[in-house]
Amino acid sequence: MIPISFTLNGSRVAVEVDAADRLLDTLRYQLALTGTKEGCGEGECGACTVYLDGLPVDACLVPTYQVRGRRVDTIESLDPVALEPFERCGATQCGACTPGVVMTAWWIRGHGELLRTHTIRELMAGNLCRCTGYDGIVDAVKDALGDDGRETGDG
Amino acid sequence: MRRLEALAKLTGREQYVDDLPLDGFLWGMTVRSPAPRGRITAIRFAPDVDWSQFVVVDHQDIPGPNVVALIEQDQPVLAASWVRHVHEPVLLLAHPSRDAVRRAARAIEVVVAPDPPALDFRAAPRPEQIQYGSDNVLKRLKIEKGEVERALARAPVIVAGTYATGAQEHVYLETQGMIAYLDEGVLVVKGSMQCPYYVLTALQHALARDASHVRVLQTPTGGGFGGKEEFPSHIALHAALLALKGGRPVKLIYDRGEDMAATTKRHPALIRHRTGLTRDGRLLAQDIEVVIDGGAYVTLSPVVLSRAIIHAAGPYACDHVRITGRAMFTNAVPFGAFRGFGAPQTQFAGERHMDVIARTLGIDAVELRRTNLLRDGQTTATGQVIRDGTDRLAVLERALELSGYRTKEREHAAFNATHQTERRGIGLATFYHGAGFTGGGELTLKSQLRVAGLPDGRVEVLSASIEMGQGTLTVFTELAAARLGFAAADVTIAAADTARVPNSGPTVASRTTMIVGGLVERACDDLRRRLGLDDSARGAAVQQAIRRWHGEHPGATLCGEAAYEKPPGIEWDDKTYRGDAYGAFGWAAYVAEVEVDLRTCASRVLDFVAVQEVGKVLNPTLARGQVQGGVVQGIGWALMEECKWRDGAMVNNQLTNYLIPTADDVPPVRVAFLENPYPHGAGGAKGLGELPIDGPGPAIVNAVARATGADPRAIPLTAERLMELMERDPDLVHA
Repeated sequence: MIPISFTLNGSRVAVEVDAADRLLDTLRYQLALTGTKEGCGEGECGACTVYLDGLPVDACLVPTYQVRGRRVDTIESLDPVALEPFERCGATQCGACTPGVVMTAWWIRGHGELLRTHTIRELMAGNLCRCTGYDGIVDAVKDALGDDGRETGDG
Repeated sequence: MRRLEALAKLTGREQYVDDLPLDGFLWGMTVRSPAPRGRITAIRFAPDVDWSQFVVVDHQDIPGPNVVALIEQDQPVLAASWVRHVHEPVLLLAHPSRDAVRRAARAIEVVVAPDPPALDFRAAPRPEQIQYGSDNVLKRLKIEKGEVERALARAPVIVAGTYATGAQEHVYLETQGMIAYLDEGVLVVKGSMQCPYYVLTALQHALARDASHVRVLQTPTGGGFGGKEEFPSHIALHAALLALKGGRPVKLIYDRGEDMAATTKRHPALIRHRTGLTRDGRLLAQDIEVVIDGGAYVTLSPVVLSRAIIHAAGPYACDHVRITGRAMFTNAVPFGAFRGFGAPQTQFAGERHMDVIARTLGIDAVELRRTNLLRDGQTTATGQVIRDGTDRLAVLERALELSGYRTKEREHAAFNATHQTERRGIGLATFYHGAGFTGGGELTLKSQLRVAGLPDGRVEVLSASIEMGQGTLTVFTELAAARLGFAAADVTIAAADTARVPNSGPTVASRTTMIVGGLVERACDDLRRRLGLDDSARGAAVQQAIRRWHGEHPGATLCGEAAYEKPPGIEWDDKTYRGDAYGAFGWAAYVAEVEVDLRTCASRVLDFVAVQEVGKVLNPTLARGQVQGGVVQGIGWALMEECKWRDGAMVNNQLTNYLIPTADDVPPVRVAFLENPYPHGAGGAKGLGELPIDGPGPAIVNAVARATGADPRAIPLTAERLMELMERDPDLVHA
């Protein structure tokens, strides 16, 4: 077992992990942060999206030892009040993809410059949703973006 | 009202089965058959594993009959001496370490002496492949109206066609999973499921436990689409057997690969049409043959076949109809319930066939449908008189108008004449979907529901109808609040726990809002009656009466009850397949605009318009979401979702090579509702959940056909399949 520490949602945490442990399992089963979901286990669906040093990654593809000394933020770190557009627009149905969807959407919201070169649909294409058909999600992202979203519209 | 549990889901606080805290538990794992058919001759445990550390369960550990109770008692919980499909469960393992139990499962070899499997449902089985009855037919059904052969013989034109649809994987984002443990002698099973009482029945039967010693709880369910209708009984039994033998709680969660390989999918189908018409396109006779692949056990195939054939003739008037259906046994992993339940397969064929007819007769595809759409007073294939007052032509006209159908046709002609490598086209489907169980099914279910008055004056709805994303919690809250004049906050929905809630039936068949929602309303009325109030009493008056009642009956339970009652005038004969197949139909017209890249033969949906009449729309955001989600699932089935098979099992069982639509693969889905309240549905609503997956397949393929001139008859219409068609036809323009 490898002892490591990293910053999780703003606090220092220390865990002992096996070399093969996935960040997804460490978060869910060792640290009881079950907001991050497993959808496919191979980086296709995005349900396990977390931020690693501020960049969205699939936690199922990250060996935990690689986050030693780095910053990890999960869905539990987001401000629920700010999620109102997602509630209003019907961005969630069954909810299994939702934390990952919200993490990606929130990251886009913090990087409005991306909308000069990409559509919301392109930027959300790494998160599979089987319930909504994506319209509720795209509408919510547009709404959360405010003026940025309206300029580029929906591609 | 907004989705009740939305914030819990958005913040990741919602706890699905794999998120629940559980102390001292073992991880379960399933060891499966490597072969499609044969006798188990040996089970070899690798000598380098310390097997004493594992709980190992085989068929001999099953206390009751080795059967997963469903329609027929033919499917074992664990294979004993024979296997009938690849991935059939043979052994179960449990261990505190998930890694250890996964490694151990790979260290067991199930040795099978093979027999010849039946793997093609379309081909007549050879004698050595017969494993069910005398001909491998699991179920035969027939609908007859009028005299088809005579009408065909007299028809000026006959158009024939053969159509095929592929299997489809549900890809609910939460994979299947269960927890099982003993709590003071009561077996508790919790997990992801649509039908808690199906699971309860299966547990009682195979574990030989009475109802007071089994308790089933549904956990928040991350999508179902039918995939969690009958299958969860298997995992529940497996988890329970391991927990009973191991004496500790067991968690059995499938990873995506196991879920895709070993669980059910949409039935593949082959459908033949022979249609007699007048030269101007009026339907005179429809002769339709439907064959579906049932897989290795009966499961729900007879009922899927039933819904398939009832919907096969489409929403059209025709005096002479014959529909024959067969569900075939094969040694494939059993196929099962999937949104639409047979109707998407037969309506793909029917609506594609309508365009083939239009092309053959040289008449307009819209006109063909206008001519034949059911008018009030006319009858369906089963003889059901349609008299709901819905203007089905208006549904069609609204779809044409919203999509700009005629304008687009002109634009496409100009576009196609000026572009080398792209072709555009527009396609239409008009279709219907019966809501609720077929025929007498609802009478058999005898669904029950209670609304309890709580000591603080609020009410609690007790039902076994579950939330899986479709909005049950929200809609039931709205219905009870509206009926009683309460604020939504004064209504709670009980967890679906078989120790507490009555059996309101399975959460399937687009029945939850229309039928079970109606029980919510009537149980509210019954609660008022028990309080001595009439139906006009609302709000504070009801709350005061509830509180007063509890003051007078301390500690007692106050419940309004309702049980299903057949709406008047509905009659069905299951022997002749004549009569009112459904209490109500939803009606729809969908239009797809596509662009095909002639270099790759990839088709892309540019625009999609979905117009439907589903009675009163109770919650516009939820209803729109059901349509948009169903349409996109249908786009996937039409263009990209292809199961690849080896020995009757899916080999592309990964999201890497079984592709479902991303946000960037689909356009916004434009949704419109026409409303004609259904008097026997909750709040005037009809069923909605399944209708939207019936239309995209044919609308899209009709559009691709018009764009390219090709004549595709099968879905998924992948780029590869379209390229083959284009290359086969020298007349087609191919870049």
